[in-house]
Amino acid sequence: MNEMSGIAQVPLSLTLGLSAILFGIGVAGVVVRRNAIVLFMCVELMLNAVNLAFVALSPYAGLQGQIFVFFVIAVAAAEAAVGLAIMIAVFRHRESVDMKNFSLLRW
Amino acid sequence: MLLLQEAAHGAATAAHEASALITSANGFRAVYPWLIVGLPLLGFVLNGLLSVLAARRALPTLPPVGDPYYDHAHDDHGHAAVPARAPALAHASVGATEPSEQEAHDHGTDAHPVDASAARQDAHDLHDAHGHDAHDDHGHDDAHAPAGPKPFTHTLPSLIAPGVLIGAFVLAVLNFLAMKGVEPAHRFALSSGWDWMPVGSLQIAAQLQLDPLSIVMTLIITGVGSLIHIFSIGYMKEDPGYPRYMAYLNLFVFFMLMLVLGSSYPVMFVGWEGVGLCSYLLIGFWFREKANADAGKKAFIVNRIGDFGFLVAMMLLFWNVGRLDFVGVNDALLGGNSGVAFGGALITAIALFFFLGATGKSAQIPLYIWLPDAMAGPTPVSALIHAATMVTAGVYLVARSSVIFTMAPSASLVVALVGALTAIFAASIGLKQWDIKKVLAYSTVSQLGFMFAAVGMGAYVAGVFHLMTHAFFKACLFLGSGAVIHAMHHALHSTHNPADAQDMRNMGGLRKYLPVTFLTMLVSTLAIAGVPPFAGFFSKDEIIGAAWLGAEGHSHLSQAALFGISGRVWMGFIGGTLSIAAFMTAFYMGRMMIYTFFGQNRTGEQERKHLHETDWTLKLPLVVLGLLAVVGGFLNVETEVPIVGAFDFGQGEALHHWLHPVLAGSDDLAAQRVGALPEGAHQAWPIFLAIGIGLGGLALAWALLARRKLATADQQPAYENGVEKALYNKWYVDEFYDRTVVRPVGGLSRLFARFDMGVLDWVVDLFGRLAQLFGVAFGRLQTGQVNTYAFVLIVGVLIVLGSFVAL
Repeated sequence: MNEMSGIAQVPLSLTLGLSAILFGIGVAGVVVRRNAIVLFMCVELMLNAVNLAFVALSPYAGLQGQIFVFFVIAVAAAEAAVGLAIMIAVFRHRESVDMKNFSLLRW
Repeated sequence: MLLLQEAAHGAATAAHEASALITSANGFRAVYPWLIVGLPLLGFVLNGLLSVLAARRALPTLPPVGDPYYDHAHDDHGHAAVPARAPALAHASVGATEPSEQEAHDHGTDAHPVDASAARQDAHDLHDAHGHDAHDDHGHDDAHAPAGPKPFTHTLPSLIAPGVLIGAFVLAVLNFLAMKGVEPAHRFALSSGWDWMPVGSLQIAAQLQLDPLSIVMTLIITGVGSLIHIFSIGYMKEDPGYPRYMAYLNLFVFFMLMLVLGSSYPVMFVGWEGVGLCSYLLIGFWFREKANADAGKKAFIVNRIGDFGFLVAMMLLFWNVGRLDFVGVNDALLGGNSGVAFGGALITAIALFFFLGATGKSAQIPLYIWLPDAMAGPTPVSALIHAATMVTAGVYLVARSSVIFTMAPSASLVVALVGALTAIFAASIGLKQWDIKKVLAYSTVSQLGFMFAAVGMGAYVAGVFHLMTHAFFKACLFLGSGAVIHAMHHALHSTHNPADAQDMRNMGGLRKYLPVTFLTMLVSTLAIAGVPPFAGFFSKDEIIGAAWLGAEGHSHLSQAALFGISGRVWMGFIGGTLSIAAFMTAFYMGRMMIYTFFGQNRTGEQERKHLHETDWTLKLPLVVLGLLAVVGGFLNVETEVPIVGAFDFGQGEALHHWLHPVLAGSDDLAAQRVGALPEGAHQAWPIFLAIGIGLGGLALAWALLARRKLATADQQPAYENGVEKALYNKWYVDEFYDRTVVRPVGGLSRLFARFDMGVLDWVVDLFGRLAQLFGVAFGRLQTGQVNTYAFVLIVGVLIVLGSFVAL
């Protein structure tokens, strides 16, 4: 495959750099933010950063990366569905989705 | 079988005959050997179930009305102390319709005030404290008597316990006949059960060994055991703990049979420990009285000291010989390529450690002190365990290990010397005891000393022979004393007399009231005193005769030396000691008979009317054992010995020939080592001496004591001064041990306890506290905030990744 096309044309450093930035934003969000919905969004962000890295690396590492992305998307969707359902249930009880109110599991 | 063939190849020519005897492939066919041990075990299980059932039935099933403790007892949060008492209280308030152990024993304690003489005694001298024995008929004439027929839990054991024993005896006889029917060389059978301990080179099989020695022991145990079980029916049937008693007795027989039938030292050790356990359980059978429980503990602890010796000997044997089964050990030692030198330090140590075990179990100096206290148990137990069977286990052990002891001449001399010293020492104490059972207890210790003297001098047959005759006449004497105590107790109890039923000062003239008991005990007394032609004469004479022959140089030990003194001198010393001990035996037995059965009756006017013999279960065993005490000696009559040879009715030295296949190995070894010994000419003087000793002792007792007027125990003082007092107080050996062993050990253990609680516990607590502290400190990290966890997680991941990059 001589003719480079699609994502292969973009330099790897850029795509991986973008992936790293997105992942960093996600991590920072998970550590810093207290709102559960935002936490979810940050987790999704991290997942998608990883997806991007898979795709970017697939011309060099083979097709498995692209296939794996589908799995990640599927799992992320399931996770979002379950997670949001939990959030709704929690909200009905506590009238809040602020994580600082949920610290039952401690010493 | 492979092992046996291998062993046969390994055996050297000198030992070839012995090995060939043992390893012959076409041995006789054993008749269900496992059933012999299995039947008593079955009896134990059944009687044990019955005793559990009886104990449960004694507890109340309905809440008694108005019992304030009851609700607390069934409250889950009740006070700890209350539930334990509640059932007994509740039961007492309801009133007994069945014999319950708790209830009858509560009566037992106030039905017997401690008698007056006991106050003068040492606190731990339990012997005068009143008839502990024969609690049997407590429920009989008390206000709380069990009404109506006895429950099945107290009737079935009367059938089960003697039944299984008689079954086992029949099997033993069948095996004996099967064994007798084949050539002496083929009288050997191994019956394997399963591999018990297959660990590397340590291969121990649960295996029974039937050979002439073990079958003789089995016949004694099951035969005498059956009779004693029958006696126990009459003696114990009114006891509330009757099923428990029978269960223990059956269990004892099971373990005793394992001891003698086991084919290796470890299997023997199982039986060895098991009989110790049963002895403990039965000595402390009436555990409500602390003295009885203490006596049981004493027996158990003293026996543990001996068992330590047994274990060490076994380990030394395995370490150096590599085998633990009798056949393997004997073949290895006789083969001469085991690396164990004849008379070396190693084999001497093994023999002495085995002997330490034997001193514990068979009540020899220095570990004999438990046996007199063991009389706290029911009298049939004293007869079975502490006279006829268990205490002879040590003699059996030495006879079984004859090759080991023959290889260690100096150890053998130690055995003989200890036996002789024990014989005279215990006999001297027996001279001045008032308790009829104590006399017999010290007599047993003394007679065991005779047996050890015999096996120590290499006269294994004489030792086993005396073991057998002793089982007959001593069991008879003990059962006779049991019948006396039973009658005395009954008579004293019927008038609520608090006097001691076992004290001979309270007896006298009983021959009119207990004729069968008197006659059988008289026969047995003549037997133990060594009056011809009763059983004890032949066996005891053979032992003393062996000593005299050895002193003349006709024994393989004659050239051996101990402490630099030659065996001949030692054997002469042993012969003299045993002769004096035999004289004492005759004297104290005569004293016991005179004080018990002759002279004026001292029991009391009212009580005398109640003195009588009871049912056949008490009489039949006495008669059978009395007959055996008469004829038992004819089993082994030394034909060359003058006078003794006159009693040869064609049987000759039957036991000697019977046991020859077992002892051939050690005989050959001795002959090979020492060379052909000059055949000793049996002279006439030892026989006249022996007869003179027996008759003289009895005659002296009659001359000195028959005319003596005795008062009852509360008026006649115990011996007050001089040697008599020292003898009465058992040479103060118990006090000596208390000062030199018990108290130092107690002090040492208190010291260790302080160290344990002060230092070790403190260190352990320290670690506990530290863990607590860490827990509290690191627990603070657990905030419950997801963000924190995520942060820590990420930091951790970064550290891990960073370390990968850095490396």
